[in-house]
Amino acid sequence: MKQVMSNKLIIAMYTLPALILILALVYVPIVMTGYYGLMEWDGIGAKTFIGLENYIGLMQDAKFWDSAYHSFLLAAFSTLSLVGYLVISLVLANKLKGSELLRKIYLIPMLLSSVAIAQLWLKIYDPNNGMLNSLLEIFGVENTPTWLADPKLVLISIFIAIIWQYAGFYIIIYSAALKGIPESLVEAARIDGANPIQIAYKVKLPLIAGVIKVTIVLAIVGSLKYFDLIYVMTGGGPNGASEVLASYMYKEAFASYNFGYGSAVGFALLVICLIITWLVRKLTASNEEIQY
Amino acid sequence: MNKKAFPFILGLIAILMIALAGCASGSEDDGASGSDDSDNESGSDVEEKTINFMHLWPEGSSRQHHLIVNDIIAEYEEANPGITVETEILGNEQYKEKLKVLSSSNELPDVGMTWAAGFLDPYVGGDMFAPLDDIIENDHSDSFVPGTAEAYAIDGTTYGLPLELNITPVMYNKAIFEEHGVEIPETFEELKAAVQTFVDNDVIPITLGNKDSWTGSMWYMYLADRIGGAETLTNAINRSGSFEDPALVEAAAKVQELVDMGGFVKGYNGLANDEAKGYFINEQAAMYLMATWDLPQWTTDENNPQEFRDNVGYFKFPTVDGKGDKNSYVGGPGVGLFVAEDSPVKDEAKDFVSFFVEKWGEQAVSNAGVIPATKVDTENVELPDMYIDVLNDLNEASNITLYADVQMSASVAQVHLNMIQALFGGEVSPEEFAKEQEDALAAEEE
Repeated sequence: MKQVMSNKLIIAMYTLPALILILALVYVPIVMTGYYGLMEWDGIGAKTFIGLENYIGLMQDAKFWDSAYHSFLLAAFSTLSLVGYLVISLVLANKLKGSELLRKIYLIPMLLSSVAIAQLWLKIYDPNNGMLNSLLEIFGVENTPTWLADPKLVLISIFIAIIWQYAGFYIIIYSAALKGIPESLVEAARIDGANPIQIAYKVKLPLIAGVIKVTIVLAIVGSLKYFDLIYVMTGGGPNGASEVLASYMYKEAFASYNFGYGSAVGFALLVICLIITWLVRKLTASNEEIQY
Repeated sequence: MNKKAFPFILGLIAILMIALAGCASGSEDDGASGSDDSDNESGSDVEEKTINFMHLWPEGSSRQHHLIVNDIIAEYEEANPGITVETEILGNEQYKEKLKVLSSSNELPDVGMTWAAGFLDPYVGGDMFAPLDDIIENDHSDSFVPGTAEAYAIDGTTYGLPLELNITPVMYNKAIFEEHGVEIPETFEELKAAVQTFVDNDVIPITLGNKDSWTGSMWYMYLADRIGGAETLTNAINRSGSFEDPALVEAAAKVQELVDMGGFVKGYNGLANDEAKGYFINEQAAMYLMATWDLPQWTTDENNPQEFRDNVGYFKFPTVDGKGDKNSYVGGPGVGLFVAEDSPVKDEAKDFVSFFVEKWGEQAVSNAGVIPATKVDTENVELPDMYIDVLNDLNEASNITLYADVQMSASVAQVHLNMIQALFGGEVSPEEFAKEQEDALAAEEE
């Protein structure tokens, strides 16, 4: 084995299949998307090269900026919700009775497919027979909201579903990170007289700071390119009130037959994601590597 | 030397295996989706020809359609030895996407399905579809209901042969109407009075799934038709008129009158068509404007209770302020057949298409409940009463206006559908509604 791993040619060969696959399935399409963005193309007929016109059009397209705004709102919302997930994980890490069971309960939404989750929430939000409105009616609310049909409420309604969807994912990451903290450190803090909140805040959080940074990047990038629940639940409607970048891209490319323009939107989305990721890494960078 | 070569070969084998595995699963896949259980072993003396036919009626979701297609293919293969028809079947949305992908690599099936007008445009522009005028002239000069084949024509050349035809009556629940003493509305004023009665009695007057905004578009189109006549909206779209025509603005205002009365089911802008239909099937809603492709659900579909099906009736969209012709409908042909321009078996494909249309016309209505675009002889078929009524109404139809979003090009259709949601949601005034679409249509004309 040692001999195998010391041969450069062999190393190259073993990494080659993965490299070819990732090049062919990820990087080449990215370059192609950027290239299609320079074309006027309906996706079927001939392509016409129009230079940067699509990208210039994008800068002036109010719908694009509206969708971008909605995507950023979702990113902010998801990042904030990380705090909630973290608190839950910290509580669960305290070996309460039933915390194992609760952790499993939180994980279940992650096992459902997005479309199933969307259908579930569609039923909850149904304006006439839905669970939520029926509940509100029991409490005597008249004129119950129409959730997904109301341009003012539609975004927040979907965000709640998304936060519910991802709870299990982040809680599991945080729980795993918290499990890695040596019991001796917590013990030492307790002997020094720290209360549970201090232990959580001053001992545990700094120790999992690296994981928290990763989840922030995951949450933000994941939100910016988010598509599934929105597409199934509202399709970006009513009248674009819940349109996000990915659904706008899809609509332009596949519903409006502006494949070139859709590609430009896709490429812009990629650039935005790259910039934001870089920014987040930069802002959360710190020199202290905590060791235990 | 040998020692070094061994891991090298091992690696090579690994790569080859991956590549082969990829190929194998690929071809297996093709076999599964492309094969059809009809016989592939016909006589070997005659020249073998294969027509590839792609359609969108999978056995699971459109069983009746699927069976008829298989029947017709079997019959055709029998009559034409040496010709095999290979089918590939996809669901609606996947079909549209696959067709697009295939066309960009110029690998369209020899025969496939298309929609009218706006959908055809890019394919015809790219010279993908073959003109079918000769088939119509030779074999089908009198078979199609007037106006149906024309919907597949671009600049006077027909590129598709229609299979289905639908009109859009207002479906209503007789029991609910009776319970509240409401008569079938003949005029828009009566319709409003009926809506008011239902609102006062906590019944959903009209159910509408405007998340799929083509549903709301049909309400708008009818009002535009009654107020401005059959041509106004069509002219605005083909640019011989304007979308800011007073009739089109007034129609938008009438829509908002209904909205303001609470005429539509709560949350209509967030409901998909199927969800909205649920209110009608559960007998919670009194009226539902939907095309006749749903007729089987109101007549023969065992999934809906008999009691409900007995309660369903339909009426023609009312006149508005004494204007409008009740025999003018919103509707149009659904899918049609095309032949690929670059097909190696073009002549055979055309022949097959012609044969298919004829046989489909004979079987569709009685076996699948689909109203074909070819004329139906109502005397000789056993059908539920509602079908007979609809077919008779079709014969008396003075005009069928094709769905607005089908008439428009894809990108203008998006604007139209968005504005329909905005109009029903009260986000825009009727004037803004008209102006936005006028702008989109004018911008495209340049």
